[in-house]
Amino acid sequence: MLQRTLMRLATTLVTLFGVAVIVFVVIRVVPGDPIAMMLPPMATPEDIQRLKALYGLDKSIAEQFFIWLGGVLHGDFGTSITMRQPVLGLVLGRLPATLELSVMALVIAVIWGGALALAGTRWRGSKAEAAIDVGNGMALSVPDFLWGLVLILFFGVLWPVFHISGRVSPSLELPFTTNFYLFESVLRLRFDLWADIVSHMFMPALALAFPLAAIIAQLLKQSLKETMHLDYVTLSRTKGYGENHVITREALPNAILPTLTLVGVQFTFLIGGTVIIERLFSYEGLGNMAIDAVINRDLPLIQGIVILFAVIFTGVNLIVDLLYTVLNPRLRHA
Amino acid sequence: MSFLRVENLCVDLKGSGDRLLRGVSLNVGAGEVMGLVGESGAGKSMIGKAILGILPRSAGVVDGVIELDGENLLALPPKVRRQRIGAKAALIPQDPLTALNPSRRIAPQITDRLVDILGWDRARANDRAREILAEVHIADPDRVLRSYPHELSGGMRQRILIASAFAAEPKLIVADEPTTALDVTVQKQILRLIRDMQARHGTALLFVTHDLGVVAKICQKMTVLYGGLVVEQTDVHGFFRAPAHPYSRALLAATPRHDDPAASLNPVPDDIIQAVRAEVAAADRNWRNG
Repeated sequence: MLQRTLMRLATTLVTLFGVAVIVFVVIRVVPGDPIAMMLPPMATPEDIQRLKALYGLDKSIAEQFFIWLGGVLHGDFGTSITMRQPVLGLVLGRLPATLELSVMALVIAVIWGGALALAGTRWRGSKAEAAIDVGNGMALSVPDFLWGLVLILFFGVLWPVFHISGRVSPSLELPFTTNFYLFESVLRLRFDLWADIVSHMFMPALALAFPLAAIIAQLLKQSLKETMHLDYVTLSRTKGYGENHVITREALPNAILPTLTLVGVQFTFLIGGTVIIERLFSYEGLGNMAIDAVINRDLPLIQGIVILFAVIFTGVNLIVDLLYTVLNPRLRHA
Repeated sequence: MSFLRVENLCVDLKGSGDRLLRGVSLNVGAGEVMGLVGESGAGKSMIGKAILGILPRSAGVVDGVIELDGENLLALPPKVRRQRIGAKAALIPQDPLTALNPSRRIAPQITDRLVDILGWDRARANDRAREILAEVHIADPDRVLRSYPHELSGGMRQRILIASAFAAEPKLIVADEPTTALDVTVQKQILRLIRDMQARHGTALLFVTHDLGVVAKICQKMTVLYGGLVVEQTDVHGFFRAPAHPYSRALLAATPRHDDPAASLNPVPDDIIQAVRAEVAAADRNWRNG
């Protein structure tokens, strides 16, 4: 088990190194010059040269990479060109907002998708199952940002019950010491703030959750229905158990495994989806920052954000792997 | 007084209306062993499934009586029926490799019925599980109870399933080809084990099989089926001495014999198949007209 985990960590480091190289090279090769965007149009070539030297952009890409890598190993991800602050601080400051949004979306998707899968299995072959299938098909065929727009139209404009922009109402005094607003508001028992934050997060989280919920519902229902034919489920029925018990106690623990793998993969897509959704809802997270960084060609910031996303993705996969071992006794001794 | 009384049991395939069981009647007394034989598709497993309330969703009972311990199961509301079946009957399934839940330990798979359906307290149920495993000659019950199914051999798992079936002292056990999935050396042991357990506990046993040799070893009475129709119902001695129905005679002749290999493997002749099919068709006509 320990060996397995160490192996995973080693491969994770290799992956991250690869990501770093690709990002570093690509953002320097594509057209667009961060220096040109910082200086007024009448800047002299000497000004440009001086600024390039200041940010180390006059050196070769390989040289730049190793300077950057050396810094990273000491915890220094460079300085943002547009905001003139250390990248690490900026990125970590925004990370909690995105994590809270993604996890909220994941929780909604799991609860909702799981409930639909269980209901679809319980009433399989009936009109209810057909209705669930149709709903799933619709949720899947519309991308998350369009769901965002639909939600804004309904719950922000026609029936304004939720906030449509930002992370928290600007008028509120925030007593928080961390950037995990949602989490800290619960810890501090400030349910007034909590309600305001949830009201801001709910629609973006829902938009992100829709497609994932549909995937979970579809896949879990499929594997539940297959499991329901297996002998141990039938045997459990002869013991006197009814449909609900048989589905949740006998079938679900075995049917959940393929869904778990997929949720891991899809959750990383969901995190990717935060980039556009955060923009749409002016939510101050990493994704919104990433778009600004790309528009401004803020190379150190782009690198920092991409590396952080890569760390999150590999972390999610690692967690799914470990969960798989916990849920499947056959893997435990392997 | 028979413990299980099945009367004119008819099972249809839903939608198409195809008949799977055609007015099957049988009686199994307390402690009696009844063999259900027939070729694949004859409906022998279907009878056991109908009794235990585990017919596939595509099939349904359309007529008849299934009386367990003097109570017509088909007249009970579904929940009560399930619990009666769970308390008084049990299944020994065909394939030990698929009949245990791979993600649960053995102990709860034996004790769940005792605790949830029969209302025993957990400690007593655990003691019972240990005791019943020892009874099926499992040397180290505590280790086995803590194991997951994948850690145990096929023969071991079949012993566990037999133990689990007997754990609640049911009055009726349906054994659905319990040796078919096992290799030959294990088959004999398992068969002997089922017979010993049945005799010791005085359980009525409905033994579904296509193997007449097994019937001769374990059953007192037998029912021969073809196309969901009872072809012959007799005591086992009578059957092997002089099968009454031509189809039964042909079935007996088709059984491999190790004492006379040359006389083995005679397929059931076509004219006999035609004749028994005509009987099935006649039964359907009677049913439609009456």
